[in-house]
Amino acid sequence: MSAEQQNVSAEVSFPHEPPTDNVKRIWKTFWILLIITIIELGLGLLIHALDLPDDLTRLLLKGTIIILSLAKAYFIVSIFMHLGDEIRNLILTIVIPLMLFIWFIIAFILDGDSYKHLRNKYDKHFLERTTELPVKKAEQAK
Amino acid sequence: MATTATMHQTKWWSGGKSPFNVEYGKLMMWYFLMSDTFTFGAFLISYGTIRFSQNFWPNPGDVFNTFPFTGEANLPLAFVSLMTFILIMSSVTMVLAVHEGHHGNKKGVVKWLAWTIVGGLAFLSCQAWEWTHMLTGEHPTLINGHIEMIAQTVTHSPWGRHVDQGAILDALKSTSPDVLAKLVYEHNHTMSLAQLTALPHDQLMNMVNISELHIREAGPVAFGGFFFGITGFHGFHVFSGVIVNLIMLIMTNNGVFERRGHYLMIEKAGLYWHFVDLVWVFVFLCFYLI
Repeated sequence: MSAEQQNVSAEVSFPHEPPTDNVKRIWKTFWILLIITIIELGLGLLIHALDLPDDLTRLLLKGTIIILSLAKAYFIVSIFMHLGDEIRNLILTIVIPLMLFIWFIIAFILDGDSYKHLRNKYDKHFLERTTELPVKKAEQAK
Repeated sequence: MATTATMHQTKWWSGGKSPFNVEYGKLMMWYFLMSDTFTFGAFLISYGTIRFSQNFWPNPGDVFNTFPFTGEANLPLAFVSLMTFILIMSSVTMVLAVHEGHHGNKKGVVKWLAWTIVGGLAFLSCQAWEWTHMLTGEHPTLINGHIEMIAQTVTHSPWGRHVDQGAILDALKSTSPDVLAKLVYEHNHTMSLAQLTALPHDQLMNMVNISELHIREAGPVAFGGFFFGITGFHGFHVFSGVIVNLIMLIMTNNGVFERRGHYLMIEKAGLYWHFVDLVWVFVFLCFYLI
């Protein structure tokens, strides 16, 4: 394992400069972030412009935007914050606790979704009062 | 120190050296940022939970469609794109300041830190405009069978479901002359608001241009609370980041780090600043894109 060997040979020398730290890489990352943001924006506007119903296409577009955002987060943390240049011990002590988010997000989103279904089932007034009316499209076409 | 390190070369955890190979302050900054990630994460996830529990949620393209100095032009997401660009740009200038710090270049650090502060202030100004616009921009909204002019606040939202023409006609009958006058005044400037308000109710009602009128019901109450709460908490981070950077700028300028022999403090301030940018990636995602 190369990381292991690197750990052994490294000395305690805090004011170290990351080996790959150069201006060219910073600007490259900037362009990557900018391009991803523009793609995200394009997809966001597409969702708005198409005025899609809550179907699979909309879900896929939103999923793509989320994945692109995670990619942006990776570039910011790894390159701008230099976490990618730190030794593995440090990377793991930060990244492993963040795994809690996997449970955190799934559990709470599902809870919200389940609450919606229960309310729609047992509280017809809520269902009527909050479901988007079909008149919207016809009205806008006029 | 060197001998201790040599003795335990095979193990990072047997003492004598930092198992993370970073100084204490930087490690603690990383742990602070991790805990802050959970704070922001909890806020955003609670927002997600509420959104998933609702049948209707305002479309961000409808809510965020204005740009300073363009009046009523419909420009969905344009302004927030500018804000995002400003923040990414300031992140780049910050990482360049850290880079100059690695080379012990005081002038370079001062220059890029100053630009980072400018970026931070620009972002805060944009947010101030956006908030003011949302809190003061009134929209006609159907509430309890009549139309009211309400703004997006923490307790009220004008971004509910669209109302059809028949319901609008009914609602106009029980709408106050003040609101009717405002609705007429939007498209017709031949009379002043005061003059319009003084007109008989029936005449005023007939002057309302119904085909141009887009009226919504009140939107989900939680929308404003989450929006102002989370963007506000992020804005507070940007603000404190600007203060931290300002202190770093003054210290650099006074030669504190030059005397110390290293610019590690700039790295720590940089970590905080990049974190602010990182959080914005997700705020931007949750409130404006999806």
